[in-house]
Amino acid sequence: MADQRPDPDALLASLKREEAQSRRGRLKVFFGMCPGVGKTFAMLRAAQQELRDGTDLVVGVVETHKRADTEALLAGLPVIPRKQIIYRGTELTEMDLEAILARRPKLVLVDEFAHTNAPGSRHPKRYQDVIELLDAGLDVFTTLNVQHLESRADAVRQITGAMVQETVPDSVFELADQIELIDLPPESLLERLREGKVYLGERANAAAEGFFKDAHLTALRELALRFVAERVDKRLRELRATGASQTVWRSGERLLVAVGPSPSSTQLVRWTRRMAAAQGAAWIAVSVESSRALSPDAQRRLEQNLALARELGAEVVVTHADDVAAALVRVALQNNATQIVVGQSRNPRWLDLLRGGSLVDRLLRRSGPIDIYVVPAERSAEKPGLWLSLRPAVNSPGREYGEVAGVLAGLTIANWFLVPHTGYLAVGLVYLLAVITLSLRVGRGPVFAAGVLSALTWNFLFIPPLFTFVIAKFEDGMMFGTYFAVALIAGQLTARIRAQERNERLREERATALFHLTQALSAARTLDDAVFAALRQADRLFAGQTALLYDHDGSAELTPHFAGSFTLTDKERGVADWCWRNRKNAGRFTDTLPASEGFHVPLVREDRAVGVFVLRVPSDAALTLAQRDLAGSFATQLALVVEREQLRASGEREKLLAESEKLHRALLDGVSHELKTPLAVLSAAAESLATADDSTRASLATEIRTATRRLNRLVNNLLDQTRLESGALQPRLDWCDAHDLVNAALDGIRESLAAHPFESAVPDDLPLFRADSALMEQVIANLVLNAALHTPDGTPIFLAAGLDQARARIFFTVADRGPGLPPAMRERLFQKFQRGDAARAGGLGLGLSIIRGFVAAQGGEIVAGENPGGGAVFTVYLPFTPHGRVPSE
Amino acid sequence: MKADPARPEILVIDDEVQIRRLLRLTLEPAGYRLSEAGTGQLGLTEAATRQFDAIILDLGLPDCSGVEVVRRLREWSRVPVLILSVLAAEDDKVAALDAGADDYLTKPFGAPELTARLRALLRRSVADEDEPAAMAFGDLTVDLAARVVSRAGTDVSLTAREYSIFRLLVMHRGKVVTHRQILREVWGPKAEGNTHYLRVHMTHLRQKLEADPHRPRHLKTESGIGFRFVTE
Repeated sequence: MADQRPDPDALLASLKREEAQSRRGRLKVFFGMCPGVGKTFAMLRAAQQELRDGTDLVVGVVETHKRADTEALLAGLPVIPRKQIIYRGTELTEMDLEAILARRPKLVLVDEFAHTNAPGSRHPKRYQDVIELLDAGLDVFTTLNVQHLESRADAVRQITGAMVQETVPDSVFELADQIELIDLPPESLLERLREGKVYLGERANAAAEGFFKDAHLTALRELALRFVAERVDKRLRELRATGASQTVWRSGERLLVAVGPSPSSTQLVRWTRRMAAAQGAAWIAVSVESSRALSPDAQRRLEQNLALARELGAEVVVTHADDVAAALVRVALQNNATQIVVGQSRNPRWLDLLRGGSLVDRLLRRSGPIDIYVVPAERSAEKPGLWLSLRPAVNSPGREYGEVAGVLAGLTIANWFLVPHTGYLAVGLVYLLAVITLSLRVGRGPVFAAGVLSALTWNFLFIPPLFTFVIAKFEDGMMFGTYFAVALIAGQLTARIRAQERNERLREERATALFHLTQALSAARTLDDAVFAALRQADRLFAGQTALLYDHDGSAELTPHFAGSFTLTDKERGVADWCWRNRKNAGRFTDTLPASEGFHVPLVREDRAVGVFVLRVPSDAALTLAQRDLAGSFATQLALVVEREQLRASGEREKLLAESEKLHRALLDGVSHELKTPLAVLSAAAESLATADDSTRASLATEIRTATRRLNRLVNNLLDQTRLESGALQPRLDWCDAHDLVNAALDGIRESLAAHPFESAVPDDLPLFRADSALMEQVIANLVLNAALHTPDGTPIFLAAGLDQARARIFFTVADRGPGLPPAMRERLFQKFQRGDAARAGGLGLGLSIIRGFVAAQGGEIVAGENPGGGAVFTVYLPFTPHGRVPSE
Repeated sequence: MKADPARPEILVIDDEVQIRRLLRLTLEPAGYRLSEAGTGQLGLTEAATRQFDAIILDLGLPDCSGVEVVRRLREWSRVPVLILSVLAAEDDKVAALDAGADDYLTKPFGAPELTARLRALLRRSVADEDEPAAMAFGDLTVDLAARVVSRAGTDVSLTAREYSIFRLLVMHRGKVVTHRQILREVWGPKAEGNTHYLRVHMTHLRQKLEADPHRPRHLKTESGIGFRFVTE
C-alpha cells in the first residue's frame, strides 16, 4: 500500500514543473507532413473556438495565401498589423513582436514557425520571436511541417531531393506543450493540389513536381506520424519517471561528438543528436582548435556547426590542443562521457600513417572504457585536397612560397658555380641546410614544397646523368632518398615546433591579458579605476572599442560607464538592455539582433546580470571563438568588480544609516535632558507662585525667566541646525555696520554676561561690509556666550573687530582668559554634539557647529586657537568688498 | 464713532488659544478691551464689522498668511497693526511691514515690551490729527514746521537727506520703518536696493545727534529690517 502512495519529492517536483510551465506561455504546434494539409486552417478554427470561449487572443501573423475559406476564418479575429521593414529597397513585412508584447494578449497566433525573418529584425528566426513570446508568459499557436525539423531535414532531403533552407531546432520543438497532427491522406492532398488549393510560393511548380509525388508523400507522412509517435512515447516515459531524477537524461549515457569545420560535421552533429535522443542521453559537442589557423570560410562553417549543436541541445566545449585525439579523450573523461562520436577520416591512408595513425586509431589507443563510434562521411561536393589540408598557418602563404622559390633559385645558381669545385654531393648538403633554415622562417606547406623542389632540382641539375630525373648509381639513389626523407622530416618537425611555440605564445598572451586584468582590477581602489583599467586593456587586446553598462544606482536602468570608448547609440542601448534582461549574449556574432555593431556580453553573477560588456571590432574583423571566450572572461571579471562595488555601496548605505541612527539617539538623549531641566523649573516655579508670598514671588519670576531663556536658546539652536542641514538657510546679504551688529548681539545676552568683565573694541572707521545681519548677530552672541559659559565667573572676555586690508576681509575676534581649548578637542570642535568639558550650563553642543554653518553660509570661515597668555580665541573672517559711491546731496 | 478712548479696543488675530488667553491676561488689567479671532478670514470679517483701535496679528495663520491679511486690510482701513512673529522669519516681517503693518514683536516677548509697542501705536493714531509742531525727546528738540533740530540747546545742521530720514523716523516715532520705506521716501523708488546709502547717512546722523554714536539712544537699528526712533 505504502508503495503506491506518491513520493512527496516527486509531487513537489511535478508541482514545481507545473508552476514553471504556468509562468511560461504554452506552445501548441499544428504539425503536418507537408504544405497544403490544412494546418493554418486548423489553427484558425481552434482560434475561433478560443475566441468564443472568451480568450483574449491576437493574430501575430497568418498567411492565408488568399484562400477564401481560410480568410473567412480569419474574419473576426483581432490582428496586430505587421511591421514594415525596408531591406535594400524592398519593403518586407514581419510580425510586430514589440506591439504584441506591449498588447499582452493571452494567446498569439503565429503561422509558419520555421520562417526566416527579414534582415534587421530583432531575431533572425521567427521561432526565436515565439520563444520570447512564451518567455513573456503568452500562449502561442503555431504551424510546422516535418521537413522543417532540424533532425528530420536530412531525411526529407533524401526522400524528396529538395534542400530545406528553413529549419527549427529540435530543442525548440521540445518546448511544445501540445502537438496537433494535421493528417491528410496523400490522395486527398494531391486532389487539393490539382484543384489549386495549395499555395506553393512563386517559384513553385518545378520543385513541387518532385516534392508532391505519391511515394514521397507517403514517406513524408510516415516520417511525420513516426515523429509524433516517438514524442508521445518519450512523454509517457518522462511522466513515468517524474521525480526520479533531476535531469531529463535517464540513461546515464553521455555522448561526445567531435566537431570540425567540414560539412560532414553537420551531419555528424545531427546523427549524434538523434542517437542521444534515442538513448535519452546528454551530449557534448567538442571542437579542438589546433595551432593550424582556419581559413575564414572554415571558421564560419565551424561556428555554424557548433551553433547547430547548441541549438540541438548539446553542451559545447572548445578546447586547444595539437593532438586532437588526446584532447577528445581528455574532455570526455572530464565530462564523464561514455561514447565518443567521430567522422570517418577522409585523409589518404598514407597521410594518416605519416601522422601516427588516423584519428580513430589514435582515439582507440587512448580511449579505455569509452566507446568510439565512427560515422561514415557522406560524399560532399567540397572535399579538401592534400594541399588544402597542408596549407600553412601563416597569413600570406603566397609570399612564403615566393620566398621559398627565390631562395632555391638563388641557391641553384650559386651551386652551379660551386659544383665544379666540390662535387654534387656537397651541393646536396647545401640544399638541405637551406631547407632547414627555411623551416625556421616559413610554414609547413612552403617547407614541404622546399623539400620536394630542392630534391628534384638537385636530382635534375646535379646528380648524373644531368638534366634527367634518372639516377644512375645506387649510392646516389640512396643519397637522394635519404636527402628527401631528412628534408621533409626536419622541415616538418621544425615547422611544428614553431607552430606549437606560436600556439603557446597565443595562449600565453591570453593568460597574460587575464593576469594583467585581474592584477589591475585588484589594484584599483574605486570602481571607476577598475573599469577604466579593464576597458583600456580590452581595447588593446581586441583592437576595438569597448563599453560597460551597469545599474549604478539601483534604478533598474542601465547606464554606460564614462570610461567606455564605444559610445552606444539608442539601438545599441536596446541590444544591451535585451542582453541584460535575458542574460544572454546578443548583438553581432550572435542570433539576437546580429545586425548591431557591438558584441554584447552580460555580466552575470549567480542568477542575476549586474551589467553588460560591449565589444565593437571593426566591421571587417571577426572574433574567433578563443577571443569570444576571452571576452567572456573579461565580462566575468568585470561582473565581480561591479558586484563588489554594489555590495560596497549597500554596505556604505547601511553604515550611513547606522551613523544617522546614532546621531538621532544622541540628539534625542540630549534634547530630552536639555528640555526637561527648564521645564521642571517652570512647572515647579508655576506651582509655587500660587502659594508664594510677595518676597519669594519676585525670585520665582526670575527663575522662570532664566528657564525660559534657556529653553528659547535650545529651541533656536535646534531650529538653526535643522535649517542648516536641510539647506533651507538662505543668507540675505546686506550692508552691515559692525557697531550695530555688536550692540544687537550683546543686547540679548547681557544677563548671561553679568558675571564676566567684558570689553569690546570696534574701530570708529570700520567700513560697512556685506553680511546677513541676523546670522552675524547670532554668531557674535553665541561666541561671547560660549566664552561666558565655558570659563569660570570673573574670567575677562574680549571682543574685537577689524579690517584685514591685505587679505580683504573683516574679522571678529572673541578671546577669553579661561582654561583654553584642549588640543584633542580642537579637531572635533565644530562638529555637532561636541560639548566642552568645562561647560557649566549643559547645552547640546550645537553652538559652534551652528556658528560655523552660519559663517560658511556667508562665505566666511571661523578659526579656533590659543590666546597667547592663556585662554581660547575664536576668529570669524568674512570677505570684504567696499561699497559703491553714495551720491552727494 | 470711536469708542471710549480710555479703554482702547484691540482685535487679536491668532490661532493659538493660549496666546490669546495670555494677551487677554496681560492687556485687560492694563485697561484694554479685547476681541479675538482664530483665523485670518474671521479676523478680516471682525475688523470690517467693528471699529478697532489696533490689531495684533500673528503671521502664521492656518488659513492664509498674515502678510495677506495686512494687504487686504490696508485696502480699506488704516487701523494700526502689530505683527507677532517668530525669530528667523525676517523676510515675512519685512513683507508684512512693507504691506502696511505698523510694527512687529518677536515671540517670545515680555509684557512690558508688548504694552510699550501698543502704546506707541495708539499714540500715533491719536496724534495724526493734531501733530504738535515742536517736540522734545531727551536732550533732542525737533520742530518739524521750522525744520530745526537741536541737541542740548544747540542747533544741529543736517543735510537735506539727513533731515528727510530723521523727519520720517520722528513722524513714525516708536515704530519700525523699513529700509525700503526710507529709501523710497528719501531717494525715490529706484534706490530701493542701496541700503549702504542709508547706513552711511545713519552713521552721520548718529554722530550729529547721539551722545554716544556707537550706543545710540534714539536712532536704533532693527537688524535686517530697518530703523526705529525711540522717544525715551
